[in-house]
Amino acid sequence: MTEKTAPDELLLAYASGSLDESMSLVVATHLTLSPQSRARVCDFEALGGALIEEIEPAALSGGALDAVMARLDGEDHPPVHSEPPRDGHVLPAPLRDYVGPDVDALRWKKVIRGVQEAEFPIGGGGRARLMRIESGVAVPKHSHRGTEATLVLEGAYRDATGYYDRGALQMADASLDHQPEATGGETCLCLVVTDAPIRLTGRFGRLLNPLIKYQ
Amino acid sequence: MAVSDPSEGQSEAQFLAALLARVAEQRDRAAFASLFEHFAPRLKAYLMRLGAEAGTAEELAQEAMIMVWRKAETFDSRQAGASTWVFRIARNKRIDALRREKRPEFDPEDPALVPEAPEEADKAAERGQSEDRLRRALETLPPEQAEVVRLAYFEDLAHGAVAEATGLPLGTVKSRLRLAMARLRTAMQEIADD
Repeated sequence: MTEKTAPDELLLAYASGSLDESMSLVVATHLTLSPQSRARVCDFEALGGALIEEIEPAALSGGALDAVMARLDGEDHPPVHSEPPRDGHVLPAPLRDYVGPDVDALRWKKVIRGVQEAEFPIGGGGRARLMRIESGVAVPKHSHRGTEATLVLEGAYRDATGYYDRGALQMADASLDHQPEATGGETCLCLVVTDAPIRLTGRFGRLLNPLIKYQ
Repeated sequence: MAVSDPSEGQSEAQFLAALLARVAEQRDRAAFASLFEHFAPRLKAYLMRLGAEAGTAEELAQEAMIMVWRKAETFDSRQAGASTWVFRIARNKRIDALRREKRPEFDPEDPALVPEAPEEADKAAERGQSEDRLRRALETLPPEQAEVVRLAYFEDLAHGAVAEATGLPLGTVKSRLRLAMARLRTAMQEIADD
């Protein structure tokens, strides 16, 4: 098994709380599958703790402590656990909270032959969807206007930059023009989050650009 | 009445962790008052640095401290230092209350969770002690690296925006952050080996 890691700057942005909801979902889902990245996030959170210690404190108004002490015994909300995963697709909990426990029950739409996607709503202005790519099928060649994060949940894909299987995360921006192809005989299931529309760059893709309804 | 000082031979981080443990195990209000006096003004400052007005920052700092009381039993001093644990609560409180977004987090009980290798789990068990080391390591950073690290945590800025805020090219911000992280890692190792 290969090590599944994510760029430090992404993990740091997650730990510091500056990522938006859609990118946070990608990272939290990846963390479920990557003990290495979990350890890094712990380090970055410890850095947050250290920075809290060295910050110049801001005085509270008088009576703040008494006010809080008076509220301590209020009601507590029990932690909510996500529904357990169903069937063979082991969706990590952060993702189950958005799409439910069953991948097959989603409303899949055909993109091209062998490629389907199911978009789901998410806060924070990003766009999130699951994609299923049949083994041997390549998605249209495209580059990106913003940042696109792709996390493999099942199966594998390959592009000019390398090979990605369960837990692997690929970050792509305007500098990457790629054509991922599902490989290994199994349908590849991915979580894809974009913070701006992708741009098709292939010969036919360019013709499709106006037809793709990315906001 | 607050419990005010670390006993002899106890680091501040150990003292704070012990206070949290007393809140968790005995619902000790005096220990909580000490934690409040230590953390609430820091959390208020943290939230103000992130753009909250003084009144809102104070209100959220208080809310965060109430969470500290209620969630104290989930604190595990082997996994994280007290300041780290409190930082997480304040960070999530801010995302929830000010950005009105959800904060997706992994669930340690998730059947889909890929566990860490046993030797890594041992390392994780030492993480609770790394906070003191990290604080000392932070002091060894060159000022320009320390600045980008603080901006990354306290300005709610993506790195592109850190670049704008500092007037530095994005590449410089990224490379300073990378250098800072590498240096912190080395410094922590050296302190651990001392």
